[in-house]
Amino acid sequence: MSNKLHLNKGLNIPVKGEAASVVIKSVSPDIVAVKPTDFPGLVARLLVKEGDAVKAGSPVMADKMRPQILFTSPVSGTVQSIVRGDKRKLLAVLVKADGKQDSVDFGAKAPATAEQTRNLLLTSGLWGTLVQRPYGVMANPEDTPKAIFISSFSTAPLAADEGFVLGDALADIQAGVNALAKIAPVHVSIRKEDVPFARLQNAELHIVSGPHPAGNVGVQISHIAPIKKGEIVWTVSLLHVAAIGKLVKTGKLDLMRKVAVTGPAAPQTGYVCCLPGTPVKEITSVGQDIRVVGGDVLSGENLGADGYLGFFQNQLTLLREGYEREWFGWAKPFRPKVHSSSWCYFSWLTPGKKYDMDTNLHGGPRAFVETKCFEDVTPIDIFPIYLIKACLAGDIEKMEKFGIYEVLPEDLALCDYVDPSKNEIQAIIQKGIDLMIKEMA
Amino acid sequence: MADEKKTPWWHSTVDAFDTFLRVPGTVTAKGAHVRDGIDLKRVMIMVVVALVPAALFGMYNVGLQTATLYGLEWGFWRMFFYGLLRMLPLFVVSYVVGLAIEFASSQIRGEEVNEGYLVTGFLIPLIVPVDVPLWMLALAVAFSVIFVKEVFGGTGMNIWNPALVARAFLFFSYPSSMSGSSVWVSKTWAGLGDVDAISAATPLAIAHDGAFDAATGAVGQYSFMDMFWGFIPGSTGETSVVAILLGAILLVWSGVASWKIMVSSIAGGLLVGWLGQLGGATLVPCYYQIVMGGFLFGSVFMATDPVTAAQTETGKWIYGFLVGALAVVVRLWNPGYMEGMMLAILFMNTMAPLIDHCVVSVHTSRRAKA
Repeated sequence: MSNKLHLNKGLNIPVKGEAASVVIKSVSPDIVAVKPTDFPGLVARLLVKEGDAVKAGSPVMADKMRPQILFTSPVSGTVQSIVRGDKRKLLAVLVKADGKQDSVDFGAKAPATAEQTRNLLLTSGLWGTLVQRPYGVMANPEDTPKAIFISSFSTAPLAADEGFVLGDALADIQAGVNALAKIAPVHVSIRKEDVPFARLQNAELHIVSGPHPAGNVGVQISHIAPIKKGEIVWTVSLLHVAAIGKLVKTGKLDLMRKVAVTGPAAPQTGYVCCLPGTPVKEITSVGQDIRVVGGDVLSGENLGADGYLGFFQNQLTLLREGYEREWFGWAKPFRPKVHSSSWCYFSWLTPGKKYDMDTNLHGGPRAFVETKCFEDVTPIDIFPIYLIKACLAGDIEKMEKFGIYEVLPEDLALCDYVDPSKNEIQAIIQKGIDLMIKEMA
Repeated sequence: MADEKKTPWWHSTVDAFDTFLRVPGTVTAKGAHVRDGIDLKRVMIMVVVALVPAALFGMYNVGLQTATLYGLEWGFWRMFFYGLLRMLPLFVVSYVVGLAIEFASSQIRGEEVNEGYLVTGFLIPLIVPVDVPLWMLALAVAFSVIFVKEVFGGTGMNIWNPALVARAFLFFSYPSSMSGSSVWVSKTWAGLGDVDAISAATPLAIAHDGAFDAATGAVGQYSFMDMFWGFIPGSTGETSVVAILLGAILLVWSGVASWKIMVSSIAGGLLVGWLGQLGGATLVPCYYQIVMGGFLFGSVFMATDPVTAAQTETGKWIYGFLVGALAVVVRLWNPGYMEGMMLAILFMNTMAPLIDHCVVSVHTSRRAKA
């Protein structure tokens, strides 16, 4: 039926703690956080003050530069407090839920034009779900993208099973795709021909297989329609397409999602139904010296035990902090507890084994020495080491030449993992992207 | 100032020994939250392990060559221990001088000590004559570590292979101790008298002088199998094809060194050797070029250094091929100097960034057109 694509390069990280396919509980939290920090590049202007009553779908903040982009509360209740950081940077708006879940009515009507879709997304607070490539920032309402890409699956370590999470939401997803297709042609990548999402209409389907990062939308774009200078595409996660679809069908903002609780240090793995902005502690219990990662172990955000689930996240990964120091670690012939994709160790002898990974760096930072390992895990037609060095040097021209438009840090996240020199590749790429945004603006 | 107080001047050294014994307890701060078990210490130790067969065989061969030269009736262990005793001081000097500079410069830069010298320090004794005076070796090591590595910023930043530069330094500064037909067999055995006059030419030198017996396939007194197993004079690590291949298998298996460079280097050597044979530059069959001298050792352990070799996969094919080809060109068409491997690799180290530049440019312009 559609276009098939198999990627050979990449790596599935065998970390323990896959989410069991059960819903553990449903959380209706007391407090929900709306975090501007979830949206890269957003400078927020506050629209509420402490004590204001809000409904689910009421705006709480807007983009300072483009005030038509609103960010709304996922629950009804009252604004309890405004959390600010250094230089009064807005960190979160905490909404105390009243439990009634009154919603703003956006009108249950499928948008007929691109303009209507745009307005619906802008006012409902779902505009922020649209991510622009290049740079991975929030989409600009003034732009019309070349295409909209949706990856229906994730290959990231321990990622939520999209079939379990959204398999029954096909109608919502279809409504979401229909709405987005008003703006630009929609491409959806699927894992196999027999997944529920293969029945989606009004979109071009692509079957993509291979190890991580084959499920990353950026990797898929680079194979399906590489982004050239001056071109813009948008991406949306399947989770948010479903939310857009629900909004279109019911006229209400419903961000309820099944969040996968995973990781070797999770007391119980499985799925928890909750809203973005739910306190981590209400989703799962967190012990001493445990890191709570919102998202996957490669590109997730360290939320902290007192943090709140992010807007884009539908996975929590719990990891032990690796403070323990192993005697003669590097010199031992066998280290059965530590995974290595390199054949300098013997993990290849036990291909099916899952590892109880912790956050230890397993070495110290060094200059680049081995560089082929980056290419082996990057299924994009670029030279990762050249792009990385161009980013380090801050050389705009070279970054352009070596493919900065095609990557986000998450697409090179495996380079972080495999690098024997322990460089922070994702941070380097992000720095390069930040520079591009600043210089090209 | 506060920072300086926190990190005393011996910090890098303490840290180096501490992390040598125990994996640091550092946890990931940004980027991926979990990391692969591999680190540079492991990578480097794999290379050292891969060098061990060549080093052990080389020690035995040092004894064997000396015993043969003097007609001594030595057993296997005596030969081996003679070689071991002759080699130990070289290893000690190489490591002590090199690591001291490495530790000091890491401290100056305020960085952790890099493991690169573990390999360099092991390579240098294997590629210099056994009898090289220790002060010369110390000087060569110091020159190479300071001017080839540290001034560029340490391991990972250097342009040339530091071990080869140490050898080149000796070669150009003290040619009498480094070249000619008499330096490649250890002769400092007490009580053997004045033996400087005794020649112990390497097969490479013999072949260079044209002494090749086409009927038996022997180069001087050495048969092809002698050269293959390594029972010939030469620098300690380079003689045995078998021992080097064992190391090569480990390096390729573990992915530490590029098989592409090894294969293309040998292909380049064979091709030029064959052309030389056709054109009458030599009588020696082309595959002899691989087993004689330091060709294979250079291809496997020196040319593949990931820092100084080409970094693109296409570039590695080109780089390796030219290393092998140039080495044999020097061997066949150079009247004075018969071993081309060292200079071929150093030259190609210099050219590697240019090769990569071309490969990357072709790639990006092809992509821009697509």
